[in-house]
Amino acid sequence: MSFLTIENLNARVGTAPILRDVSLSVEAGEVRGLVGESGAGKSMIGKAVLGTLPTAVEIESGRIVLDGEDLQALKPRDRRRVIGAKAALIPQDPLTALNPSRRVGPQITNRLVDILGWTRADAGHRAAELLDEVSIPDPERVMRAYPHELSGGMRQRILIASAFAAEPKLIIADEPTTALDVTVQKQILRLIRQMQARHGTALLFVTHDLGVVSKVCQSLTVLFGGMVLEDTRVEQFFARPGHPYSAALLAATPKYTDPDASLTPVPDAVIAGVEAEIEAHDRMHGHV
Amino acid sequence: MTLIRRILLRLLTTAITLFGVAVIVFFVIRVVPGNPVAMMLPPGATDDDIARLKALYGLDKTIPEQFLIWLGGVLHGDFGTSITTRQPVLSLVLSRLPATIELSIMALVIAMIIGGALALTGTRKRGTKVEGTIDVTNGVALSVPDFLWGLVLILLFGVLWPIFHISGRISPSIDLPFSTNFYLFESVLRLRFDIWADLVSHMFMPSLALAIPLAAIIAQLLKQSLKETMHLDYVTLARTKGYDENHVITREALPNAVLPTLTLIGVQFTFLIGGTVIIERLFSYEGLGNMAIDAVINRDLPLIQGIVILFALIFTAVNLVVDLTYAALNPRLRNG
Repeated sequence: MSFLTIENLNARVGTAPILRDVSLSVEAGEVRGLVGESGAGKSMIGKAVLGTLPTAVEIESGRIVLDGEDLQALKPRDRRRVIGAKAALIPQDPLTALNPSRRVGPQITNRLVDILGWTRADAGHRAAELLDEVSIPDPERVMRAYPHELSGGMRQRILIASAFAAEPKLIIADEPTTALDVTVQKQILRLIRQMQARHGTALLFVTHDLGVVSKVCQSLTVLFGGMVLEDTRVEQFFARPGHPYSAALLAATPKYTDPDASLTPVPDAVIAGVEAEIEAHDRMHGHV
Repeated sequence: MTLIRRILLRLLTTAITLFGVAVIVFFVIRVVPGNPVAMMLPPGATDDDIARLKALYGLDKTIPEQFLIWLGGVLHGDFGTSITTRQPVLSLVLSRLPATIELSIMALVIAMIIGGALALTGTRKRGTKVEGTIDVTNGVALSVPDFLWGLVLILLFGVLWPIFHISGRISPSIDLPFSTNFYLFESVLRLRFDIWADLVSHMFMPSLALAIPLAAIIAQLLKQSLKETMHLDYVTLARTKGYDENHVITREALPNAVLPTLTLIGVQFTFLIGGTVIIERLFSYEGLGNMAIDAVINRDLPLIQGIVILFALIFTAVNLVVDLTYAALNPRLRNG
């Protein structure tokens, strides 16, 4: 039974569609990659699920069902509570995702205390436990620190610990390693994967990096122009991509095994083909 | 830089500033036309009388000489004697200071409450008609100066709907059992709420007149600052945790957004204190500003000097308090 189901989601800014009939689902415990180039709408899907779309974006139609709850049908306040209790976000940039004027500890525990009704002491123990789990030495000291006193890698570990704090069934990771050094990226990826496996959390992993997908994900959804092009298992995708754009994307990924090979961009013909598909879709749905 | 070093440095610059102010005011009020001695003597006084009176107040010496004599006194805590009242300047000024401090602080509190409420409401309702209304109100409040607000308030609450006192600091019929001139604070401490109510009824209009322009500035800047903060990642993250928008605004965004506003409030508060001069006159409120105008009209040179120095001291003290508050609220500046 899928934990998250998105059905025919359409969203637009003004008259410009940015999500076109997007449907996808994430099974309990599954790691799904959400892949696309910049502007493909992959982050928008994550934001739509978490209820953090920019005010300019309007959801036109479609359903987002989180653990049996139809989010669009809920009142805004209730929707936030449901999302806060069942899902969590690992943000993209650890340097800006912690509140600079508050100590780290309360930022990990505040959801437990304020939303889920834990006692402060229980929440504190839980936070220390989690920080230990993400390999942060001396958790007690770190919890008393302010964000500016910690490195980017440390902060991303804290944000990961914070995401897992309430044992959510779904975590959305929005390009969680893009803002980090390459060496730190690897550790953080491994950590997210370990934590996911240990807690059995479903993970929607937003990324533009197919290398990351092959290491972390079991299934993936390929997006272009806010439209789902392909929805498949990872092994299948790397063996036999099901869409010409997917194949071109795969061919464009630099290979470590052949560092001297020149880079292959996605051919213009393929892009033109996808754009024609989008146009046909819009015409069918009444957009010009 | 440690806190102590920061304070010491500030005290040093304060001393230099005050000296500069003293020099300027001393020379300017002696260069402009108008002669205190001429105002004290009846018409037809002889040149002899004038010379004697000038010698009495030391006005026969050159201006630099007068300045050195006065400065020497000031360094010993003697600000001279008021020409019109024959009383020591220091005690005169200190007796009026509490009234002005109370008025200014009351105005500041009103401005922060109104400005803060408008900024928070505007942020909560951003993109709606409510925000538009707040923006327009701010524009109007800003483009009318405080003394005109004073006149508008007098018309409203003094003439059309007379529910507040329009002049003075306290009703003359009240018998004051107080030991300081901080009537408002002392009335609260002594639990004399009858006197407190009378004081507030007198202070309401002058403090509101002073507060309106500042409230508009606070509302505008804080709203702008909140708006920028609301787009930051940690605010978005708080939303995904299940917090409602009110919590997100007041707990996550406000503590960070308030910092730039705070510096500005400091600067604007000194303007507000400057505004008390005219507002106190308008409402016949017995404070320092009202006394300053009398002193200028009577060419009471020592009193003018004393008042100006005191105003300068208040300004630098306000700036110091703002800097220290800023450091206390921003963890990145602590121990920095």
